[in-house]
Amino acid sequence: MAMKQLSGAEESHSLSRPPSSVDILFDKSFRALTCTFTWATILLLAFIVYKIGRQAIPAVSTYGLGFLTSTTWDVNAHEFGILPEIWGTLYSSFLALFLGGFFGITIAIFLTQDFLPHKLEMILKNIIELLAAIPSVVYGLWGIYVLIPLIRPVADLLHDNLGWIPFFSTSLSGPGMFPAVLVLSIMILPTVAAISQDAFRAIPHKTKEAAFGMGTTRWEAILRVMLPTASGGIFGALVLGFGRALGETMALAMLVGNANEISLSLFAPANTLAALLALNFPEAGELEASVLMYAACVLLLITLLVNIAGAAIISRTGSGGKK
Amino acid sequence: MKMKSLLQVVATGAAVALFVLPAAASEVRLTGSGASFPAPIYTTWFKQFTRANKGIQVNYQAKGSGAGIRDFMNHTVDFAASDAAMKDEEIAKVAEGVQLLPMTAGEIVLAYNLDGVKGLNLPRSVYPGIFLGKIKKWNDPAIVAANPGVTLPDEEITVVTRADSSGTTFVFTKHLCAISPDFESGPGTGKTVNWPSEAKMVKAPKNDGVTATIKQTPGAIGYIEYGFARMSKLEMASLENKEGHFVAPGLEGGQAALANAVIPENMIVWLPDPAGVDSYPMATYTWMMFYKKYDSPEKAEALRKMVIYCLDEGQKIADKAGYIPLPANVVEKVRAASANIQ
Repeated sequence: MAMKQLSGAEESHSLSRPPSSVDILFDKSFRALTCTFTWATILLLAFIVYKIGRQAIPAVSTYGLGFLTSTTWDVNAHEFGILPEIWGTLYSSFLALFLGGFFGITIAIFLTQDFLPHKLEMILKNIIELLAAIPSVVYGLWGIYVLIPLIRPVADLLHDNLGWIPFFSTSLSGPGMFPAVLVLSIMILPTVAAISQDAFRAIPHKTKEAAFGMGTTRWEAILRVMLPTASGGIFGALVLGFGRALGETMALAMLVGNANEISLSLFAPANTLAALLALNFPEAGELEASVLMYAACVLLLITLLVNIAGAAIISRTGSGGKK
Repeated sequence: MKMKSLLQVVATGAAVALFVLPAAASEVRLTGSGASFPAPIYTTWFKQFTRANKGIQVNYQAKGSGAGIRDFMNHTVDFAASDAAMKDEEIAKVAEGVQLLPMTAGEIVLAYNLDGVKGLNLPRSVYPGIFLGKIKKWNDPAIVAANPGVTLPDEEITVVTRADSSGTTFVFTKHLCAISPDFESGPGTGKTVNWPSEAKMVKAPKNDGVTATIKQTPGAIGYIEYGFARMSKLEMASLENKEGHFVAPGLEGGQAALANAVIPENMIVWLPDPAGVDSYPMATYTWMMFYKKYDSPEKAEALRKMVIYCLDEGQKIADKAGYIPLPANVVEKVRAASANIQ
């Protein structure tokens, strides 16, 4: 046998042989191709940032940093400020992340920790992922025609009885922060749930067995062992969900009420950067277009900061886990 | 334009080479973009016009008045449409010259959602106050006084305005400025204005968004196109006109309002506060814009044909579609002016 293999190697019939020139060519061109695509993506991003930034220059030089702290948006008086939009974007995204994140992680635990037969798990997983396939405008319409009438009695009850709490200080007039946040959290739910599930599935089965072996109950195993082990992935899921919430446009434009107002109240109308951009671009004049580009830069920057912060925290928790 | 004709040459060449159909070369394609308010009737007109005239294709994209004007000035379309007409400085930038033609007219209504209240009367001292956030309750004494025999609920008024920039807002605010000095010194006239910040002031995108929001919000009022309100069966308020009469929106009130306007040479006329006992106070023309000089005579001829079709056949369906047919004298003026499209 050994003899045969050796001689086979000499005649280069065995599995291990030096790469032929075709292999090398293929390898090199594949490398070049992937390299090109990677750089093309980066260049495309740079080009987009450059384009937006250049168009924003007139607005930046006119309004400066005051643009970020002013609350007026008056096209006729050429006064622009996006503080209410920045507030609305962050407020709605955080609330949605809180709600969507909680339910997303709960769903991920339920679907990965052997609560259900495997087949049923798969079916539910796919159904939840289908939520991601619903177009944003459908969510918006659903919000207007189904969700708002549904939550109106609850909102009225809260406002009438607990109106002294700032969150319920105004009555719901229809579109507003609360319906927007609810729809937003449903929209980020599949992202959070799917990635968290992957994080749980990636944990070797041994880890759980070891926990059980040490005498933990099922809940102790899930909460004390599985959840911390998967925390890096779950955090990544939350960052992605937050990113999606920041940029979500159409459903919010239809539901948030688009009012230039800063309010803690969940039932007051608000506005977000993405909705502002989407609704004002089609008819914007020269100066307004530049101002909107400035707002787009701000949105880009917020998203970037969130992603960087997310990446930093993930890498820190990752190294913490290894210790 | 150059790019486009090049494309056309290539496309035609391909068609000829493939099918050997010399007739394909004579097809004229007209592209337009602009106002979304008249879009339902325009698309119906263009469909019928295309069917009646073999060899002419009309495409219309309802992008909004501002986008239409921009396309028109960049020469990416053959014609455009706008509710806010065109500003003089915009016209001056078009080297070929611009011919504006009013093609149809519409009304803006105040639609509201109040259980059991039909045919609400709103005096001209009241509705600017509602949109300024000064009148906050439906049982405000000023509203009650104008509606004897109607029980108005002790409910807060939710005011719905447009979130996007729009010709509808332009016409509506122009009217409010004409009748209310407070409104003029406050928000002013524009395609978007700075509405007062109140918890009960919400904004929704497009005519359909405002319509849906009013429909879903008890105690809401908002301004929309007549056609939208009629289609969605919303209640519409009767408004007090210049002569102190309450007029309900509809064909008669609209026609009476238009009858009092004299169309000037440049075809741009506004009716911020029409006179006349029967006039509904918020009516407006909407325009199509054409170049005075086209590169291809076939195109100019097709466009003239299209205008004549809209004037003769198109006006007949205007009322059914929720628009006001042009008065006969306006039709003749537009017909004469359409000869300027060469």
